[in-house]
Amino acid sequence: MAKFNMSLKKNEMPMQDPIERGKNFKEVALGYTKELALDEAMRCLECKNPTCVKGCPVNVDIPGFIRKIKEDDIGGAYAIISKTSSLPAVCGRVCPQETQCEAKCVRAIKGEPVGIGRLERYVADNALTCDMQKEAKNGHKVAVVGSGPSGLTYAGDLIKMGYDVTVFEAFHTEGGVLTYGIPEFRLPKQIVKDEVDKLKALGVKFMTNVVIGRTINIEELFEDGYEAVFVGSGAGLPNFMKIPGESLKGVYSANEFLTRSNLMKAYKTNATTPIMKGGKVIVVGGGNVAMDAARTALRLGAAKVTIVYRRSMTELPARREEVENAIEEGIEFNLLTNPVEILGYNNPDDRRDVKNGFVTGVKCIKMELSDPDENGRRRPVAVPNSEFVIEADTVVMSIGTSPNPLIKQTTKGLEVNRWGGIVVNEDGLTSLEGVYAGGDAVTGASTVISAMGAGKIAAKATDEYIKSKA
Amino acid sequence: MFEIVYKKVLNPTVTLMDIKAPLVAKKAQPGQFIILRVDENGERIPLTVAGYDREKGTIRIIFQTVGATTYQLSLKKEGEFIQDFCGPLGKPTELDGLENVLIVGGGVGCAIALPIAEELKHRGASVTSVIGFRSKDLLILEDEFKACSDELIVMTDDGSYGTQGNVCAPINTMFANGKKFDKVITIGPLIMMKFVVGAVKPTGIPCDVSMNPIMIDGTGMCGGCRLTLIQNGERVTKFACVDGPDFNGYEVDFDEAMARGVMYKDFERHAYEETCNLFKGVN
Repeated sequence: MAKFNMSLKKNEMPMQDPIERGKNFKEVALGYTKELALDEAMRCLECKNPTCVKGCPVNVDIPGFIRKIKEDDIGGAYAIISKTSSLPAVCGRVCPQETQCEAKCVRAIKGEPVGIGRLERYVADNALTCDMQKEAKNGHKVAVVGSGPSGLTYAGDLIKMGYDVTVFEAFHTEGGVLTYGIPEFRLPKQIVKDEVDKLKALGVKFMTNVVIGRTINIEELFEDGYEAVFVGSGAGLPNFMKIPGESLKGVYSANEFLTRSNLMKAYKTNATTPIMKGGKVIVVGGGNVAMDAARTALRLGAAKVTIVYRRSMTELPARREEVENAIEEGIEFNLLTNPVEILGYNNPDDRRDVKNGFVTGVKCIKMELSDPDENGRRRPVAVPNSEFVIEADTVVMSIGTSPNPLIKQTTKGLEVNRWGGIVVNEDGLTSLEGVYAGGDAVTGASTVISAMGAGKIAAKATDEYIKSKA
Repeated sequence: MFEIVYKKVLNPTVTLMDIKAPLVAKKAQPGQFIILRVDENGERIPLTVAGYDREKGTIRIIFQTVGATTYQLSLKKEGEFIQDFCGPLGKPTELDGLENVLIVGGGVGCAIALPIAEELKHRGASVTSVIGFRSKDLLILEDEFKACSDELIVMTDDGSYGTQGNVCAPINTMFANGKKFDKVITIGPLIMMKFVVGAVKPTGIPCDVSMNPIMIDGTGMCGGCRLTLIQNGERVTKFACVDGPDFNGYEVDFDEAMARGVMYKDFERHAYEETCNLFKGVN
């Protein structure tokens, strides 16, 4: 085998030109070529005790699959990843590797870590076939609520163990946040569909248009012969700031804005679902969802997109890579700034003026960070008399979500915490026998991979539970 | 896919359909709604349930052709299918303990008011119904309301049928004559519900309204259906899909709801015109 590649820098990801990509919804990152992948793979030192694996919520055998890339055995690499991950093409794109596997990579001590995420994507995109191993059917039925990352992982693990798995999805299309939330330019929907189709080929049944808690409740699933239920219903109601003007026309939650564009395809020219396009757009918040909303607004034709965030760049919770992408594309950042009121058009002389009630701007106040408190956190504090107005036609509120109350309201005895998140133990078991939960429904808004990790843990626990009963 | 098992044109702009959706029909209750998509590129639109047959596994919808999607739906024939049909969503109308109720319906809103009136009658309550339409041509469901109401008053704006005037006129007369009810339930255009609430308010009788804002998911995810209630002087945001669609009419900020309801008016008008042209071209 050739010597290791001791370059301190990762191979750059080929990307669409920043100006060009701001006008289309095609994927921004183009993926490694074979040459780049081989060169990057040679940077992996194949540590005896690989710390990267410990950084992965689903413990992918990272040096194992990278070795297969070195051997140019993409199928073999894919087989290794899919032993523990049900969604490699998704994870290779949207995982925050810089705080997980790559953060633990020994190469990161001196220089940049191995581009594990980029290599994972290379494998997933280039593997032609997938012979996922499947055990014989065991006749036990399990139900999954929601087809987002936690539900798909849970379903994938249990179908491979021989279970009869049905996934219930409230929307008309599977994928949960992968479909309605993450935009096409970051995660093409064809990839989500392919991953779902792989699970269908393995025998997972999907029932769309079924809202658990309304169409069917959890108690009825057990009456129908399901022996365990996994609740991966995701984050719920969008939060608003409770400032004046949030009901003006042109104010969206990030969930609504992204759902209109992603799930309902409002970005396409012949779309049947409307969305406000163009003009000046303000996105309030600093997470990944805020970046997605801002970059979507830009691609929808906005003249100017501004992120308004109350802390500084250091505290911005979004992935660094996405922030850099946004800056490159020309998104402006108005940091240490907080909205206090959304302003609307009002023509007092003409109540029928069509512009009445539409957003015209956001009144903001400057913030500064306090001295660190006992936990070392610096709170943003408003600077007195520092109000100013930013003009806007559209405002997208991206300040988090609260858990959906539906399942709690309709499931007797299901314990939730004071934020409304479902309470689970270390196995993902809820307060009800046979009912497991994971993902944002438990943790509140978090990452795709942590939801997948939760699905994986719950799948293992479900298997042990059902076997112990038999 | 969901089959249209029965279709009836009620008036030039209002269509009734029974859709085969056994899981929804098993659960649906008066006041709840469904979300549908006509075809795989369609938008999601909410429609309140106008009836259900648990044995046949069907849900009745009655809708007015107001935009591209409802126009497209109105062209579908018996035996054809629609792409998606999801529900029942929202909270059912609270009917427990009601013995004497005034139902006030306006236009196609009467379709939603009917199952409520029927359920109340079924439970043995006394039902007074006031239903209003622009004109005789647009009148729907008169016989059905007659069958479940102890008293029925039909109003038309132009006087072409029943009594001329809006629905508030007979309500004011009833209250002036000292009529009492446990509750008033009103469903119709926002402006009508606003005026009905205004008419009922002096009596202090509880008055519920059914809100039908713009929605996407209908399950408490997007927040597009938010509306403002004024509770003890505080403005409180609620989501029609999970907190409603029924609300205490005294608390609803109708002016804001009316403004939000026309947010996409231009887009919708263009889409409607384009769809009409498209289908006229084909036919």
